[in-house]
Amino acid sequence: MRTETFSYLPQLTTEQIKKQVAYILKNGWIPGIEFSREIDPYNSFWSYWKLPFFNAERVDEVMQELDACREANPDAYIRLTGYDNIRQGQVLSFVAYRP
Amino acid sequence: MGKVNHANNVKNSGSFAAGVRDYSEEGRHYYSPGYTPREEEVLAAFRITPQPGVSREEAAAAVAAESSSGTWTTVWSDLLTDQARYAGRTYRIESVPGNEDQFIAYIAYPLDLFEEGSMANLMSSIVGNVFGFKAVRALRLEDIRIPGILLKTFQGPPHGIQVERDRLNKYGRPLLGATMKPKLGLSAKNYGRVVYEALRGGLDLTKDDENITSQPFMRWYDRFSFVMEGVKKAEAETGERKGHYLNVTAGDMEEMYRRAELAKKLESPIIMVDYLTVGFTAFTSLSKWCRENGMLLHIHRAMHAVMDRQPNHGIHWRVLAKWCRVVGGDHVHNGTVVGKLEGDRASTIGINDLLREDSIKADKSRGIYFDQDWHAMPGMFPVASGGIHVWHIPELLHIFGDDVILQFGGGTLGHPWGSAAGATANRVALEASVLARNEGRDLLAEGSEILKEAARFSPELKKALETWQDIRFDFDTVDKLEPVQ
Repeated sequence: MRTETFSYLPQLTTEQIKKQVAYILKNGWIPGIEFSREIDPYNSFWSYWKLPFFNAERVDEVMQELDACREANPDAYIRLTGYDNIRQGQVLSFVAYRP
Repeated sequence: MGKVNHANNVKNSGSFAAGVRDYSEEGRHYYSPGYTPREEEVLAAFRITPQPGVSREEAAAAVAAESSSGTWTTVWSDLLTDQARYAGRTYRIESVPGNEDQFIAYIAYPLDLFEEGSMANLMSSIVGNVFGFKAVRALRLEDIRIPGILLKTFQGPPHGIQVERDRLNKYGRPLLGATMKPKLGLSAKNYGRVVYEALRGGLDLTKDDENITSQPFMRWYDRFSFVMEGVKKAEAETGERKGHYLNVTAGDMEEMYRRAELAKKLESPIIMVDYLTVGFTAFTSLSKWCRENGMLLHIHRAMHAVMDRQPNHGIHWRVLAKWCRVVGGDHVHNGTVVGKLEGDRASTIGINDLLREDSIKADKSRGIYFDQDWHAMPGMFPVASGGIHVWHIPELLHIFGDDVILQFGGGTLGHPWGSAAGATANRVALEASVLARNEGRDLLAEGSEILKEAARFSPELKKALETWQDIRFDFDTVDKLEPVQ
């Protein structure tokens, strides 16, 4: 299955994911983590891993949450999102890990 | 009845004097240098080429008069009304650098001249009879400022950029599309196949061409059915939402609704219309239908060049584009800057902003004459389409950013291995460019390097890069912006 941005590139390395997290933080967006056990194109709402990280400042904080989500849900697709609360919408989303 | 205090309110007085008076005569209001336009007035910037012997003031006043309340001779019934209240006013005249024959006239139109929510009415006034008026050799509407109070009587885009992203679940990158080719002559089943191949390869959206409606070789019902089968199959295989702009352009409004209803029944997320050839009233009705039915609306601009290509006469594309947002589409074709179609670079980028942003400042270096506030009316996706291919992707991303639809027709279907491979090549190139940009790399300086790196893991991209190596479209632009004074 191919789904969402970057799904036509090889699986991103941890270093590459970190750079995307840095991009989200640099733009002042709010990172978030969501997971789902299935890919269904018409499922808008994957499960939240905690709440979006409104106060995140460092890449490491977000990466730790990604790891924790992955450990708790090894059989799930996990996506990283970016919210822009000025625009009131999501501005980035990609599947960071696949089972 | 409430009275309005106008700056140049000169009371009609005395008896009726029949005959022809200069439009610019004091007291007729049409030429009012120094008048300060009111916030609720419609403002227009016209490029005027007067007939030899006609002064700038008279030509400008004539345009203001003929596009508002005046006519060629005085009439007794002028005295029955307050002309100051209904006159368009030329409030400024500007020279055009390097062109003595032309000048720019700024005209303010009172709000009372316009009906709420009627683009047809606005156009009949401002770009109506006046364009054939004898006192001017040529006339071009360069820009228009729609005041918020009038703007709010229009619907605007049925959904807008952010809602479309949510509905299609596409974030952080331009959307990728292609027009299906050959434009005409495929059977419905073959056409559905072409759609399916392109979508399964990685495109988000495919598109009917502007002149596909319901010809004998492919009737609309059959096309819609096979296309939607292809869309659904590609969605199931890829796990991504997809769509095809089903063109509902038809000979009458009832038929357009009929086609739109079938698109909805088949769960198409989007339909399209040729907004200029069907006319603004039909476009308005369809746009409202789309808002009511949760349907995205793609706008094709066939016929625009008839009006916007001549630098001296007609309506500039930026005006037609603004009117498109006012009435309401979710996408509209704009220039590519780099491809085969016309469009001065700075002007095209300025129009992108007019389509997408909330508030745009006047900037003559981009051809924008007026500040325009959109008062929370949603933005539209500009569509870059025509002669663009995979090598252009880093530059296109740099120019347009994420909120754009990049359509590679020939660049998808022309891939030596077929359209699925062409679609994959474009998608890989786009995602590699987005990834690189987010990582802080310079798309203009490193664009070809980024593509070549990605081609190492994508044979489809490698082949595409070889195929379109030397294609360029370096023809000079016909309609250029002039230097700013």
